[in-house]
Amino acid sequence: MAAIQVDGLTKRFGETVAVDDLSFTVEEGELFGLLGPNGAGKSTLINMLVTLLGPTEGTATVDGHDIVDDTAAVRNSIGIVFQEQALDEELTGEENLAFHSRLYGQSAGERAERIDEILDLVGLDDERDDPVGTYSGGMKRRLEIGRGLLHEPAVLFLDEPTTGLDARTRRDSWEYIRRLNEEAGVSVVLTTHYIEEAEQLCDRVAVVDDGDIAAIDSPDALTASIGGDVVSLELGGRTDALRDRLAAQSWVSSFSADDAGLRVTVDHGRQRIADLVRLADDAGVPVTAVDVREPNLETAFLSLTGATMAEREADAADGTVSDDGSAVVGAAGGDR
Amino acid sequence: MRRVGPLAIYALWLRDVKRFARTPSRIVGSIAMPLLFLVFLGFGFSGAAIPGLPEGVDYLQYLVPGMVGFTMLFGASFAGMSILADQEVGFLKEILVAPVSRTSIVLGRIAGGSTTALVQAALILLLSIPLGFEIHSLLSLPVAVVVLLLIATTFVGFGVALASQFSDSEGFGLVVQFVIFPIFFLSGAIYPISSLPDAVGAIALANPLTYGVDALRAVLVGSSRFPLALDLGALVVSSLLTVALGTYLFERVEAV
Repeated sequence: MAAIQVDGLTKRFGETVAVDDLSFTVEEGELFGLLGPNGAGKSTLINMLVTLLGPTEGTATVDGHDIVDDTAAVRNSIGIVFQEQALDEELTGEENLAFHSRLYGQSAGERAERIDEILDLVGLDDERDDPVGTYSGGMKRRLEIGRGLLHEPAVLFLDEPTTGLDARTRRDSWEYIRRLNEEAGVSVVLTTHYIEEAEQLCDRVAVVDDGDIAAIDSPDALTASIGGDVVSLELGGRTDALRDRLAAQSWVSSFSADDAGLRVTVDHGRQRIADLVRLADDAGVPVTAVDVREPNLETAFLSLTGATMAEREADAADGTVSDDGSAVVGAAGGDR
Repeated sequence: MRRVGPLAIYALWLRDVKRFARTPSRIVGSIAMPLLFLVFLGFGFSGAAIPGLPEGVDYLQYLVPGMVGFTMLFGASFAGMSILADQEVGFLKEILVAPVSRTSIVLGRIAGGSTTALVQAALILLLSIPLGFEIHSLLSLPVAVVVLLLIATTFVGFGVALASQFSDSEGFGLVVQFVIFPIFFLSGAIYPISSLPDAVGAIALANPLTYGVDALRAVLVGSSRFPLALDLGALVVSSLLTVALGTYLFERVEAV
């Protein structure tokens, strides 16, 4: 049985289509990533899968339970760590877990046992009696992840699990999530707008853009699908003559226009720079800058959606400067 | 999802009690205002001839049940509205995504809010004794607890209903000024409602706290405007109504 089966899932808010007719499957035990900029519809998708939001159209099952007709069964079989912190800071770590355990109907014996296991697993045993308000950001996240696993769910949802954490804590968290996935055998679905996170952590990645899934595959396969390096040529003047010439070259895999000039996909990009500049020269198109990007998930995102993550985030911010452009290179920085 | 989950209600109750007991400043803050009212009004009007006061009841005796009711009103309404505070710190999602019905969540809030409000009211009652308040009969105290629980249930339900109408706590101050205080002033807590003009008096008769305060006077002072049975009946009806309304509105609150 698939951990998650999504079929034609759609969510509209008035005129806005937040999630547009999505269908995909997450296998049992998989570490599945939803990669996309803020505002792409990832959180809306997750909120539907965890039954906090009803779909406008379509269906989905989580651990075999329908997300509309059988919300109680879905809720019992999932754990979730929300993008924003959801802890009671006045209670201790252990009390937060005990509260959760009671809401999920665990017996007293089971509760004591699971709380010990979880605190040990997330390395917070020494701090169990401290108020959560005194925890560091990384400790709070760990407690939340542990809490999500307390009732032994089949699927763990992590909505932007490392947003707002520093680079080192982020790396530790990855280590952690991978270990939970392997040791606890729990299927994990995480959303992220950090390219590096999807690349390092996920078995498979769905590239989400504007409520739609542009591609689903392993990070390696997505990267390989580009078919070469991307050489960006910043050009002055009209580019028509150069386009004709590029189309005639057998070594050019593909090319497309962007705001500044042309983006050309070729094998061995660095060695082709001279050829490309010569072609532009011949066509009488002045080249003002050249940039080569080797294929990685970021260039894959670029070629799949026609924009970088930073550009998409700037669009989403409605023309204002994105405050999280650093996200593209996976640097530290929170979006809240 | 089971309509009523005792373990979930207990979890919510335990959380409220722990948070309350752990923050002495919150306890002091919650009883400071009613205590100040009690002291200043009680002494300020001690010799004044207040129209409508029952025969043989001095003003302090009259005022204490009113202040106990006032404490319940504030404690319980704020407990109900604490849903908003939970929403603001994100904790509400943790509760809403659990396999627990909204009814259980509201009942848990009522259990927690009633308990903490009851402690506050008991403190006020206790502190009024050195000020000169005489409890009519100690045997009536269990009845007083029943009355207090009914007042608490009414106003926690009311607070939940109010909170369901706001998306953040910005409207909080307005609610306190334009809803909670009028309920307090129109309840006969500090002066007899018989001195109010007819139209305003009619509103007071529709106010659950009027019956709550009157019932408290019946059991604590031994003098009341309405028969105790009528007061209790009105409180039962009002608590059923506000809990039903609170649950109904809260069930419609979008989780995200």
